[in-house]
Amino acid sequence: MSLMSFITPSLVNSAVQSITPILLAALAGTLCGRVGVFNMAMEGQLLVGAFAAVVGSYATGSALGGVLFAIVFTVLFSLILAYGATVFKGDAVVICIGMNLLASGLTAYLLRQMFGVSGTFSDPAIVGLSKIRIDAINTIPWIGWIFSRQTVITWLAWILTAAVTIMMFRTPVGLRMRGVGEDASAAGTMGVDVLRYRVLTVLFAGGLTGLGGAQLSLGTVSIFSEDMSAGRGWIAVVAVMLGRNHPLWAALACVLFGVADALSVRLQSQGLPNQLTDVVPYVVTLLALALSHRKRLKRRAAETLTAHA
Amino acid sequence: MSEQSVRASRLPRIPAVPLAIGIGILIGGLLVLASGGDPVAAYRAILVGALAPSNWPNTLNWAVPLVGMTLVAALPLRGGMVNLGGDGQLVIGGLVAALAALYLPLPGPLLIAAAILCAMIASGLYASLAAWGETRFGIPMLISTLLLSYPAIGIASYLVGFPLRDLTTGLAQTRMIPEAARLPVIAGPLNIGLILMVVVAAAVVFFDRRTVAGYELRMRGQNAKFAGYGGVRLASQQVRVMFASGAIAGLVGAILVLGSLYRYQDGALLTPGYTWSGLMAALLAGGAPLGAIAAGLFFAGLQTGGFAMQRETEIPRVLTMVLQAVIILFLAIRHGVGRKSS
Repeated sequence: MSLMSFITPSLVNSAVQSITPILLAALAGTLCGRVGVFNMAMEGQLLVGAFAAVVGSYATGSALGGVLFAIVFTVLFSLILAYGATVFKGDAVVICIGMNLLASGLTAYLLRQMFGVSGTFSDPAIVGLSKIRIDAINTIPWIGWIFSRQTVITWLAWILTAAVTIMMFRTPVGLRMRGVGEDASAAGTMGVDVLRYRVLTVLFAGGLTGLGGAQLSLGTVSIFSEDMSAGRGWIAVVAVMLGRNHPLWAALACVLFGVADALSVRLQSQGLPNQLTDVVPYVVTLLALALSHRKRLKRRAAETLTAHA
Repeated sequence: MSEQSVRASRLPRIPAVPLAIGIGILIGGLLVLASGGDPVAAYRAILVGALAPSNWPNTLNWAVPLVGMTLVAALPLRGGMVNLGGDGQLVIGGLVAALAALYLPLPGPLLIAAAILCAMIASGLYASLAAWGETRFGIPMLISTLLLSYPAIGIASYLVGFPLRDLTTGLAQTRMIPEAARLPVIAGPLNIGLILMVVVAAAVVFFDRRTVAGYELRMRGQNAKFAGYGGVRLASQQVRVMFASGAIAGLVGAILVLGSLYRYQDGALLTPGYTWSGLMAALLAGGAPLGAIAAGLFFAGLQTGGFAMQRETEIPRVLTMVLQAVIILFLAIRHGVGRKSS
């Protein structure tokens, strides 16, 4: 079987779709990492976003309503990390573990109490995101499949990736953010309100992840399933690590996972059992981590002496 | 990032835990109220369900795996390390125990011992893989333990779904294990697993308080660099601790398979969520073994009570998971559970 028949345009299209939530979550993670707040609650944040999006879409009858719900409620949910890890000086790792479990429990509880179902909630009243058709390129092979027929959130995710990169490295706000992360006391001496930068960044990142959650539940499907984030938030954490808090490198890592994900879908359609193909993205993630850290081994001695404590 | 660790050596001040539980109950009650339920009835049902003498065996039966998974989390936490891979280790232990029980040609008690031993070794090795990855390649264990769970669960699920499937039933599960391999019953739902778990819990407490290795682990939790300068070989310690942690998870899996399920069933070990409840119990006590065991018993009571609540009031028992998370979050935020000592 040739490679070209293995990689089909629709496969690439679905890969691009599946990258979106991970990309937004990874973007959120890099932002938090840059201001010195370790965020590994994206798994829970995506779940809250996905649930709020379905509730919003169901209640308002519009996909936009769903997206707004997702952003608002994920930002509210992120208040826990934003204040807990900064103002209250709690341990970010413990807070994030708690948030992930809270998201899982709370969405399952509300699913039962609000809609009277457990497992999966689907209803014709949930309006999904429509795909943007670009007529000019729609019929061009490949390009039409990749760039047309994507949701507005997918477009936003890539635009935001560029915007965040520019903001981070080319604007005074970005400079201050990086300063807060690299040396908080020095930044404070220079007159930057460290706590305010941290809180606002974590909340903004929460909004990004909420958007990712909306793509998850309203993008390809219009349903909510318990724990439907299914490890995507954790993959985003790895993308942040691989990208060393740089949005573009993190985005590249997300593309790698998207390809792995698409590959697993494709292998499944070749007749391999889904229990095995589902594993592919996580194995690729682990391998990528192992490889990237192998290269860093030489610098490791220096690294452990400085930086993180 | 490899130094991302939870320094959980300091116990939370005494009033912190009751206060957190109070806040958890309050927030949970408000949630019940907001969703149109009666919080008083809900909590009464939980209390009666957990504490009525006739329900003690159920609570204890739930406590065995939960306290086990609490120890799985508490042991590394004592040294400032986090094992998020309990699910994968649990599944490997359960599957290996079932396969050993099905295929090893050994007589009764020996078969049980061999199955448990195989399960503990397999899970221990899998857990120490993450530790090795961190010490050898610098892959943060915090994330690698979690990621390693996915292939373990997926492959186990494939094995019982296809090559090892019991074709006489419609479910993804292995054949029933022979009578000889089943853990002897003490009374009702309770089996020898309870005694095994008490022994392991006592061993962990003894290790923590009375052995050099236990002291070294606590020292690492207080200050890893200091422990290193003091002569603790950090890398090998990390691998050993993770092996022990994984082995306990393997034991839990074996107890569940040999003691109550009598076969490996896809998903059956994971749906009760022992791993995460155990992790939260361990965090509640800051990794201290005795406190963690107490917290594990408390959460076990909460969950058996949750079943009673769901039966009596139709309030979903997943509420108990929300309660656990709120308690941990409150503690982490208000009193800095595991706050870094720097």
